[in-house]
Amino acid sequence: MNRLTGITANPLLIALVLIAALLFLGDALSPGFASGSQILRLLIVAALLGIVAAGQNLVILGGREGIDLSVGGVVSLSAIVAGNVMNGMDGGIPLAILACVATGALFGLFNGLGVTLLRIPPLVMTLGMLGVLQGLLVVIRQGIPSGRAAPALSEFVTRPFLFGLPGIIWLWIGVGLLMAFILHRTVFGQRVYAIGSNERAAFMAGVPVRRMRIALFMLSGVFAAIAGLCLLGYSGSSFANVGEQYMLPSIIAVVFGGTPLSGGKGGYTGTMAGAVLLVVLQSILTTINIDESGRQMVFGATLLVLMLFYGRGRGLRA
Amino acid sequence: MTTNASLTAHDSGLRRLLGRFPFLPALFILAVLLILNGIFEPNSLSFRSLTGLVRTYMALMLLAVAQTYVVYAADIDLSVGAIASLVNVTIIVLMQHMGGGGLSVLAALGVGVLVGLACGLVNGFVVAALRLQAIVATFATSIFFTGLALVILPVAGMPAPTVFWRTYGGSFFGIPFVFYAAATLAILLYLLARTRLATQLLAVGDGQQAAFQSGLPVTAIRIGGYALCGVFAALAAFCITGDTASGDPLVGAKMTLFSVAAVVLGGSALSGGFGTVAGSVIAALIIGLINSLVFFAGTPSHWQNFVQGLAILAALMVGVLVSRRGRA
Repeated sequence: MNRLTGITANPLLIALVLIAALLFLGDALSPGFASGSQILRLLIVAALLGIVAAGQNLVILGGREGIDLSVGGVVSLSAIVAGNVMNGMDGGIPLAILACVATGALFGLFNGLGVTLLRIPPLVMTLGMLGVLQGLLVVIRQGIPSGRAAPALSEFVTRPFLFGLPGIIWLWIGVGLLMAFILHRTVFGQRVYAIGSNERAAFMAGVPVRRMRIALFMLSGVFAAIAGLCLLGYSGSSFANVGEQYMLPSIIAVVFGGTPLSGGKGGYTGTMAGAVLLVVLQSILTTINIDESGRQMVFGATLLVLMLFYGRGRGLRA
Repeated sequence: MTTNASLTAHDSGLRRLLGRFPFLPALFILAVLLILNGIFEPNSLSFRSLTGLVRTYMALMLLAVAQTYVVYAADIDLSVGAIASLVNVTIIVLMQHMGGGGLSVLAALGVGVLVGLACGLVNGFVVAALRLQAIVATFATSIFFTGLALVILPVAGMPAPTVFWRTYGGSFFGIPFVFYAAATLAILLYLLARTRLATQLLAVGDGQQAAFQSGLPVTAIRIGGYALCGVFAALAAFCITGDTASGDPLVGAKMTLFSVAAVVLGGSALSGGFGTVAGSVIAALIIGLINSLVFFAGTPSHWQNFVQGLAILAALMVGVLVSRRGRA
């Protein structure tokens, strides 16, 4: 078992190997699975999940059981807000982006304040916020139509933009570079790891722990909101609770990327690979000719097997 | 944690009381909600309405209890809802196949408990023995259990035998069946609280390493917690089946997060080692009363979910803030 841990020391490597293996397997099962256009489609779906997972990753890195269960609600809300602000017109896009970012930041701020000032455990706070967001979605849906995506936004998400890749892939690459820069080249990033590995020590060293944590939750809200905006572009119009499918998968993408839920170590590059891995796995299951029920069982079992490769807890004897 | 130097005698008394009975804040919120319900709709405090409340929220009470045993040991189970769904469709299909008579119902319930137990053991194995992270691992098992439920009953709608839901909704000697069930539950919980397993779960939650070093079989205890959780999720499924009188492979999904909320609201610590099942039961009723209060207060229908969400969030905050004083 110890030798195995040695090999699995690099989660990014495992994820990449698994992705390659799954692509080969998929192509063997149904020829054309690993074709260029198909991979591009998978990457678009992975980008949506990956952008949500960026915020989730930050909150988890910050430690103290950091987790954001409200991301799914923010994604849904943001898609509706964006749809209504732009209402099918390109001219409304800048305002829509602003509205989405503000929405995400606002709910992130609430989460952050609850977690820091009231010291509510993040799981509880964001779970409660998820309930509020879901209620808010019902209110909004009764009052106004769900809105439509502007053509330019849909094109940004689905059509090739530069070197054959759609804008959303470039956006995701940008998010990846930004996250790498923030986490490894800025004081803010150093502080994220500091509060994640030892909050007390970080506090003693003068890190504004509370403000940091609030900022992390706000960033999580903003990333989820941006994903919601892109999701609107992907599907054309928003429908009820579209974001729910991102809540727990965003956490799994982070875990598959090598960031343990205890925080303090890991990074975003692995999470990006984790998001791709999840999406490829889901897609391979849809190509196999089995029922929805069988698909779910295989998916659940495979997730468990994959988790064996990642950050297992320490043994009590260790 | 900061300690307040200027504690009054009254304060420390309150603290001791909260340490002994962590569910007191929940009980207080429950009383306030009952009064508010009574003000907005006097009828809501009638025997009949309260019976209906217990009948509808019995399932959540049991799921909250299930979740509590896992949280005792600082674990979490995001698959309780999926287990309840799986047991729901299992017993429905079994009862149908065996003709829907009294004996078939009993046989199906027996199998249902075993299914819940098996699911709990699976969860315990992956979390405690394989040492996977509880949140993501039980999410994965929940997908698996949901798949299994879809195999057994692909679409919602198979009805429960008449004898089943008539019993659940009926009365004996003038007392509704659910109150017998509640009394049995109370006795069961009282007895379980006295078992070695309950104490050991709390010890593991308090400090896994310490529990291990003092000779407790930590892995077996955590698996035991998940097994207990699975059994109570199965009992919750019986109530869901009695209440809805039909099978639905996705019926429990939305109840998982409510069960976690109820545990916290009941004064138990998600970090483990501290809590009571009584608090979780009260908290499940609080969630039910919040829902009915929002309705009776005349909230426009599309605002109800939002107000409920806000009220539950506020109750969670109060619960966490007050119960922390008992431990600090």
